[in-house]
Amino acid sequence: MSKESKGTTDLKKIAADCGIDMVWERYADQTPHCGFGQLGLCCKNCNLGPCRIDPFGEGASVGTCGADADVISATNLARHVAAGSACHSDHGREIARTLLLYGEGKTDSYEVRSEEKLKTIAQELGIDPSGKDLKELARLVGKAMLDEFSKQYDGLTFLNRAPKKQQENWNKLNITPQGIDRPIVETMARTNMGVDSDYKNIIMGAMKAALADGWGGSMIATEASDILFGSPKALRAKVNLGVIKEDEVNIIIHGHVPLLSDVIVTASQDNEMLKLAKEKGANGITVAGICCSANEILMRRGIPVAGNFLQQELAITTGAVEAMVVDLQCIMPGLTKVASCFHTKLISTHPKAKFPGMEHIEFGEERALDIAKEIVKKAIENYTRRDKKRVNIPKESMDLVAGFTAENIFYYLGGKYRATYRPLNDAIISGRIRGVVGIVGCDNPKLQSGITHVELVKELIRNDVLVVQTGCAALACAKDGLLVPEAAQKYAGNGLKEICETVGIPPVLHLGSCVDNSRILIACSNMVKEGGIGNGIDELPVAGAAIEWMSEKAVAIGLYFVASGALVVFGSPLPVTGSANVAKYLTGGLESIVGGKWAFETNAQKAARIIIRHIDKKRNLLNLKPAMYKARVLKV
Amino acid sequence: MSKIVAGAAIRGAKKIIGEAQKLYDQALKEKGKDAAVEFPETAFFLPMAYALLGLEVKTLGDIEPVLNEAKSLIKEEPSNKLWLPYLGNALDGGMAALLGEEIIMALRYLYGKEPQEDCNGFFTDTIMRTLGIQLVDGRMPGVAAILGAAPDNKTAVEIVREFQKRNILAFVGSNVNGRSIIDQLKEEKVEMGWDTYIVPYGRDTFSAIYPLNWAIRGALTFGGHKKGEALKCLKYCQERVFAFGLVLGELDDVKYATGAGAINMGFPIIADTDIPEIRPSGICTYEHLVKELDHKRIVQRCIEVRGVKVKISEIPIPVAYSAAFEGERIRREQTYVQFGGKFSKALEYVKGVDGKGIEDGKIEIIGPEIDEMKEGAAYPLAIYVEVSGRKMQQDFEPILERQMHNFLNEAMGVFHMGQRNSCWIRISKDAHKKGFKMKHFGVIMHARLHDAFGKIIDKAQIKIYTKQEDIEKLMPEAEKAYNARDERLAGMTDESIDTFYSCTLCQSFAPNHLCVVKPERLGLCGAYSWLDAKACYELNPAGPNQPITKGKVIDAVKGEWEGVNKFIYDKSNKTLERFHGYSIMSNPETSCGCFECIIAILPEANGFMIVNREYSGFTPAGMKFSTLAGSVGGGAQTPGFMGVGKLYVTSKKFISADGGLKRLVWMPKDLKDSLAVRLKKRCEEDGMPELFDKIADETKAVEPEQLIEYLTKVDHPALKMPPLM
Repeated sequence: MSKESKGTTDLKKIAADCGIDMVWERYADQTPHCGFGQLGLCCKNCNLGPCRIDPFGEGASVGTCGADADVISATNLARHVAAGSACHSDHGREIARTLLLYGEGKTDSYEVRSEEKLKTIAQELGIDPSGKDLKELARLVGKAMLDEFSKQYDGLTFLNRAPKKQQENWNKLNITPQGIDRPIVETMARTNMGVDSDYKNIIMGAMKAALADGWGGSMIATEASDILFGSPKALRAKVNLGVIKEDEVNIIIHGHVPLLSDVIVTASQDNEMLKLAKEKGANGITVAGICCSANEILMRRGIPVAGNFLQQELAITTGAVEAMVVDLQCIMPGLTKVASCFHTKLISTHPKAKFPGMEHIEFGEERALDIAKEIVKKAIENYTRRDKKRVNIPKESMDLVAGFTAENIFYYLGGKYRATYRPLNDAIISGRIRGVVGIVGCDNPKLQSGITHVELVKELIRNDVLVVQTGCAALACAKDGLLVPEAAQKYAGNGLKEICETVGIPPVLHLGSCVDNSRILIACSNMVKEGGIGNGIDELPVAGAAIEWMSEKAVAIGLYFVASGALVVFGSPLPVTGSANVAKYLTGGLESIVGGKWAFETNAQKAARIIIRHIDKKRNLLNLKPAMYKARVLKV
Repeated sequence: MSKIVAGAAIRGAKKIIGEAQKLYDQALKEKGKDAAVEFPETAFFLPMAYALLGLEVKTLGDIEPVLNEAKSLIKEEPSNKLWLPYLGNALDGGMAALLGEEIIMALRYLYGKEPQEDCNGFFTDTIMRTLGIQLVDGRMPGVAAILGAAPDNKTAVEIVREFQKRNILAFVGSNVNGRSIIDQLKEEKVEMGWDTYIVPYGRDTFSAIYPLNWAIRGALTFGGHKKGEALKCLKYCQERVFAFGLVLGELDDVKYATGAGAINMGFPIIADTDIPEIRPSGICTYEHLVKELDHKRIVQRCIEVRGVKVKISEIPIPVAYSAAFEGERIRREQTYVQFGGKFSKALEYVKGVDGKGIEDGKIEIIGPEIDEMKEGAAYPLAIYVEVSGRKMQQDFEPILERQMHNFLNEAMGVFHMGQRNSCWIRISKDAHKKGFKMKHFGVIMHARLHDAFGKIIDKAQIKIYTKQEDIEKLMPEAEKAYNARDERLAGMTDESIDTFYSCTLCQSFAPNHLCVVKPERLGLCGAYSWLDAKACYELNPAGPNQPITKGKVIDAVKGEWEGVNKFIYDKSNKTLERFHGYSIMSNPETSCGCFECIIAILPEANGFMIVNREYSGFTPAGMKFSTLAGSVGGGAQTPGFMGVGKLYVTSKKFISADGGLKRLVWMPKDLKDSLAVRLKKRCEEDGMPELFDKIADETKAVEPEQLIEYLTKVDHPALKMPPLM
């Protein structure tokens, strides 16, 4: 069983010695959590309340307006989904807008690094790329992408990527998102006081908003980022706090949108900056990422990863971080407290995300590189303030291979001339691979701060399940050495091992940041298209899990996978269990409607059983042979 | 494991490209960039480059883009630790290897260094087309490319014999430390050549490109895929050409690279050494790379891995039996005894009889057995086969009888030629030594008739006469039957029946093509007459020959029927809508690629020429057969060009909608001679006995101007007919 690393334990002790509370202490202070909140039974949406339903049936069973547990928990869930979708979509909008700005010649901090992708996407959006120069094409594509957000009636273009079966079902259920923004607005509107009071109808609306995320906002974020920052290719990198260098200026980038992280990397490699660092006595500049900013620059540039979500405060306690530069999402307000005990400069950059106690240097796409240089300079200048005696960088760092996408799988499986998903589908059909599972999402002190992912993944690959990952879950497993090709030999079942050895891949494939979950949707659609394993995503032997989920974004992701036909396993339950009807609907009733459903299970072994049983059921329905090999027995 | 393979393939590809570059630079220096580069008798230039890249390499300079593409396909070798995905890179290395090897061989041709001694060298288009029909009709279920050398000569011979037994064509070549299977077989006096299904291509691994760039042309000719449609061509090979590689002895990097190229085409590799295997499927249909250390099992393993469908009928005779021996020659000095030909009277005759009178499997020898015959002598012979069965019809007699040629020929040490009362049979000394007897003719006929025609015959009884007086007695009855059959066939017209038969046999190769076989227009491969197709339907009601009810006549002159149109639309994957059975100019019938002849329009002569695939010279159309074939195959309808069977020329319906025989202005002399009797008769029937001599051949004209001059001189009727275009 995996355990917390020595480095983490040491750093926690340092913080404790300084009297700093970090996320684990604050979490402990919050327990026991509010029961009404956990069950989803309190409603603060109007001033008739706040109301709460008594889960034991002894007190109030309805709110002042008469809303019962079903309405209240469904409404709360829908609002979480809307927030999550909004977050991803806003991220996508910013990248699309930058593509437009580049096309209009309004920024020279960015360029088109994947011409091929730009042309492919152009065609998909109905733009003929022939005879157009890159800038013009970027302008048209950026514009068309932004139009997807404001569409009112037509439906999202990228929905066409989904299998016909899913598209027809969404149309039939009337949950095809018309545009990206509209279903989110609709969800907020229908959950206002006195609007939608049918929990099933509310959840249908939430699914529409979630689909607008997965097949809309997130997908645009991924595609536009690939155009501007390059389509990822498999590459090697390192992960964990050990990547912070004792003798260099260390800049940590934390947050999500690659518009910032990518130019900071560029600025850090600038000769003038390197010279300045030398002058200040440093041997160089290390940029390392945290959270999904890390994933974005890891996937495309091989930049080392300092850590995942829960390591953001630990990074500062190493005493060796000159600056932590943040944009938005998953940034703990608690950072400023931790940083106040160290020399680390915290710099916020996004107009939508300011933090009292952080220096704010507002980022703008038009002058991105100049701003980035200003930030890097501040970090370099801060190097002299580092207290060498207080530097405690953990030794742990691990190799990983990252950079897989739904598109480059074609090449890795078949080369230039036979580019294909066939070997993957064949592997599933033959039973060498039992199925494919996405293990994604956050890390959460409620479970084991990332280690639950590791346990779950090990259990799955031992059972010949190919795992694809994104987000902090990927980083958790990377730190444990699961994302190196050698891991197949060490952990994978015989069938999966054969496939990994044939292709030269790790048993766990890193697909990127949390918006890159859209890559998993595309990969599933490609598997359907390749044929032989069902006509829709709901028929594939696949599943997803965000066992340590915490963000509302995870809820949106979970729901778009469910609405697209997949089983999704969360660890701690969604806050809906106060309503037996809603809980039953989400974990059962939905399956006959959209093909997917949720399951809640905090124990990694049990979660793995749920997933494997589900995959075996799907294999059975497809008349596929059982898995070719027995599960591998791993020595503990 | 496969990381080792990937590394070796990428290194091998580098080596091949290095060699190609070296030869190319040298050739450029010595011959200049305009020097012509070509393989013999192909319309596909460097076929691999043509199919995959869409490039027509005609000169040295044209090679450069091919070489550049090949170089771009060479990626980094997998690292020892923390490697990146290597399968795609290895496959790319394989493609580079194929492109590079093809360049090397083309440059060798430029310097006159190919073919190598005893080897075939580049396989011409004609060979490809000839073999095509055998591949589709199952006579040749698969193709083996053998590289290297067996541990000893005996094993080498055993392996190729195992392939021969199964009618699997074996290309042999390459070497292990200088020792090639070609020499092993040569030392053991194994007869090699197309007729025996053992074809040596070259003694180095580079020349293994020959079987591969032969296979890729299948996609272009039979599959109807266009140049540059790389994926379609490669998948065509995977799905329809049942080839595989068998590597005997140690593998080096170049062999791994070539193997990776073959895998791109869906051809798996089987080795007899302890190599790392790649078992998961995906690029190939089953395993990609496997080992089989037991030589006794290796052929069977090849068949399993490629999924070759072998139909093997064990025939209890003391010599080996397979289609691979069909082309075997037995020279006079090897002959133990012979029958017929110009040496004695012989006949073969199959007759449908009432089942009550015969006993299945009964074989009688009336006259001396082989032991009582003198070595080197000729004896009279009659093979008289009586068959019965509920579905047996008189019409099937000639079909069954004609099979005697193949059936007997496929025994090792037996030679058969001709048919009816003009047959000629030899039994070799070897076969006699092994115990082959006259009765074995009966054993073969009995077994094969049941095997091939089990659906229509229940019983077969064979009498073998070897005394002159018996032959004399039987001859008049047989001759009467032969004549009656001829008359029946000759009297059969398209109008006299209401059902045609489809032939979709070649759809396994050319998915959108089908033949409409009519009494007056046989299948374009020449192998299927209307009666054959009808018999095949009786034999196999769900098979490739299906009845087509003619239905309403839409155009009697052009040969268009409602039923035919509907049928072809349904069965051509909805790509064909109308057929004009008697016209080449409007909605002509399509071709797979197996056609015996091509008819092509000669606008300046206001007529047509016809050329058979054996003719390798230029035609008045300015092209050779192989080039012309490019515009005809793959199920495309190209007015003015059409593939047909030879005998169609002598049909009354020969392009009758466009003017018929009077439009025929040119044909190769050999073809004309072989059809002379029938063709003269047709000319007479059309009231123009002098037409036969007016049809030009290559001795009269090849250039269009020459042809017009000749036609004018002899006053060919085509010149005075209404303009074709």
